[in-house]
Amino acid sequence: MEITLTKRERLHPFTISLPGVEGAVRNGLAQTIEKLAPLKLSADDKGTVELVLAEALNNVIEHALAATQGTTLIEVTVRHDEKGLHLTITDEGVPMPTGQAPGAKAPDVDVDLADMPEGGFGWFMIHTLAEEVQYERIGDANHLRLMLSLDV
Amino acid sequence: MDLTSSKEAGLQIVTVQETRIDAAVALAFKDGMREITEDGDDIVLLDLNHVQFIDSSGLGAIVAAMKNLGKDRRLVLAGLTPTVDKVFRLTRMDSVFGVFSTVEDAVAEFGG
Repeated sequence: MEITLTKRERLHPFTISLPGVEGAVRNGLAQTIEKLAPLKLSADDKGTVELVLAEALNNVIEHALAATQGTTLIEVTVRHDEKGLHLTITDEGVPMPTGQAPGAKAPDVDVDLADMPEGGFGWFMIHTLAEEVQYERIGDANHLRLMLSLDV
Repeated sequence: MDLTSSKEAGLQIVTVQETRIDAAVALAFKDGMREITEDGDDIVLLDLNHVQFIDSSGLGAIVAAMKNLGKDRRLVLAGLTPTVDKVFRLTRMDSVFGVFSTVEDAVAEFGG
């Protein structure tokens, strides 16, 4: 039986930046996914990376940067090693109110229609899809570090 | 938000003619759904086969659309692409909506 191995190129660490405003997220995600091409990720893994990063960016824009309306940038730094894909999202918005990343609790969906949750899924998805979630306030900046162990 | 509507016996089919339901369009999706399902059938089938990506805001908007139909009407889903399906499974929202592989399957279940 012949086994075909897809040879992966090494991924050079890269950083992209995007304006901290809702309308910039799609482009930021597309740029990131495009730069991951050397890893030859499966469609499933690409979906996972895009979801986790989308949720992280949406949170920064809705909360940390709610008052700045796109006047500051968000930086996304990506590197890959034997453990997986490391994403660091940095912004100079307001700190997390609790000093740490919100928890992994899933909103309860076993409820009446009128009480069905319309939000609160973002952090749950981040925690579920990422192996490691670390938040740190350094100086005037928020640093969210996410590690995804991908099937590569 | 580009939504189109068609009729089958017993149900209204709303097709999302865009590839993403994300934070940028969640509000427009909610408003569009409210408008297009006004005075429609009791069962609304949301055809997501063109949608490649939803985030939690998009998911919330679909939940809002279901709630807006009220308790006497139903929103069911068809045509979930892999990443969309992943979001519904992770959040267990697949247990809240009726989910069908294809529009034809849903029509066979509810139609006529």
